[in-house]
Amino acid sequence: MAKNLPPTYDKIAKHEVFPETTSDEKARYNFLASLNKHLAHVSQGNKIAYENRVKPKFEKEKGRTFQSKNEVDDAMSDDPHYQIWSAMRRSTMEMRQQAGRSLTYRQGLKLKEKVEKLNAQKPNSLILNDDVKVPPYLLAVDNHLMPGSYHTELFEGDVSNAANYDGGLFVTTAGLLGKYSDGGGKAMADWMTTTYPDFQPKRILDIGCGMGHNVIPIARRYPDAEIIAIDTGRPMLKYGHARMVALGIENVTFMQAEASNLPFEAESFDWIQTTMFLHETGGKSIYNIMKEVYRTLKKDGITMHIEQPQYTDDMSFYEQWIRDWDAYNNSEPYWSKMHDIDPKDLMEDCGFDRNEYMQIGAKAINDLDDGTQKADEPEDHGRSPIWNVFGAWKR
Amino acid sequence: MSKENPEIDYISIASNKPKGKRPYFFKDPAIERVLNITMAIGMELAVVRERVDSLERILEAKGIMTREELENYVPANKDIADERQQWHSEYISRILRIVQQEMEELENPDKTLQDIADDIDKM
Ligand SMILES: C[S@@+](CC[C@H](N)C(=O)[O-])C[C@H]1O[C@@H](n2cnc3c(N)ncnc32)[C@H](O)[C@@H]1O
Repeated sequence: MAKNLPPTYDKIAKHEVFPETTSDEKARYNFLASLNKHLAHVSQGNKIAYENRVKPKFEKEKGRTFQSKNEVDDAMSDDPHYQIWSAMRRSTMEMRQQAGRSLTYRQGLKLKEKVEKLNAQKPNSLILNDDVKVPPYLLAVDNHLMPGSYHTELFEGDVSNAANYDGGLFVTTAGLLGKYSDGGGKAMADWMTTTYPDFQPKRILDIGCGMGHNVIPIARRYPDAEIIAIDTGRPMLKYGHARMVALGIENVTFMQAEASNLPFEAESFDWIQTTMFLHETGGKSIYNIMKEVYRTLKKDGITMHIEQPQYTDDMSFYEQWIRDWDAYNNSEPYWSKMHDIDPKDLMEDCGFDRNEYMQIGAKAINDLDDGTQKADEPEDHGRSPIWNVFGAWKR
Repeated sequence: MSKENPEIDYISIASNKPKGKRPYFFKDPAIERVLNITMAIGMELAVVRERVDSLERILEAKGIMTREELENYVPANKDIADERQQWHSEYISRILRIVQQEMEELENPDKTLQDIADDIDKM
């Protein structure tokens, strides 16, 4: 079914803190990457079922067409193709987490030691602060079905989930994010240097950096900039910092801090970046966070946010509904709700000038593509490395 | 429990249930349970297939081993036997993940993702 074979897991780049994998563990990831690709094709059957039997039946019964995505949801829930596709997709996500966590927890102590050793080499660029609270929306759910989420330490110094995140991104996107899973950060850095070649940011803030894989390409591109990457997940910060040291990058400080209460003075950054972050926040927090972005951004500074494609009015209820799948079935509950906000309004409400708003499309830069990824394949909703990036200059 | 990390029961940790009531897509959850187990077995079969393929290619390339030796192999000592049993334990836990998660849900009934989304929308 899939025309483009995903790269094999051995092609992924290793670094000193990257979890070790046995040949079985690699094979498991190979299977799951292929299965993900396969299921994107199976997903096409949903559209067919919708057009050919679900919609006609609904229209015949009601004498009208669908008026909301909830109605689509109700009708599609009874469809056998949707049922088997969903059940398999859910199962694949659970298997991916199980496969990743079984290998990182197996070597949990070793990972902790490696991380601590590297972090000791550069103690000044890792700033932890026990007083920083994990926001309640992160405590309410384990995003994308990763048990324990970003903050849990099952033993002192546990970084297993962060390592699981690092090793497993390859699987979910079937290798389309590149060797270091940094295709998003690279696309962002490229866009900035091509669009604004004269822009020379001195201080850059990355909010919700996770294990920092997407901020590293920005740090590489702007080696003279001072970059601060914040997160509330200690294990992510520790692992991300060790990973940066392992990759020989010098200019990122990883800091435990909370986005709606940034420990920075007003107007202290030239560029504030978030990547795949806002859809994992909450309905009030997103405004508080954007206000903090506005406050801490310098005049003539820029903020950019890489997100999933926004829902637009010309998007059919079916389209909106299928894009919502991950919200409820892959535990990304804010994903759907966020799509109901117009990012332009969000930014304006938080202080930005509406006329400065910009929106671009971005595609991952994939250094794993050896030229065999050319065939057109259906979009894997919520997984394809094609994004909507929005932001604004602060004038 | 791994030798490297004896305190941590990584086998059951790996199969833990994430927060939020698990959605089922078939009307009868039994179908989904069996499906999940079958999918995992499918994966493990692929894993074994890849390993056997590696082995055969290496052995073939080196001209080392005969098929007969392979058929007649038994573990040479207790360590090897234990390693193989440990593998079975991990394997079974992996393919029966959904049963473990349903038990966790039984013990700790969870909110639905819809409710959590509504909660979060107010956070
Ligand atoms: C999906 S991850 C994104 C990681 C990374 N930026 C990337 O490119 O993949 C979201 C991260 O945001 C962090 N996070 C969520 N809310 C936060 C907040 N209010 N303050 C700081 N970090 C937060 C989480 O801990 C998590 O590591």
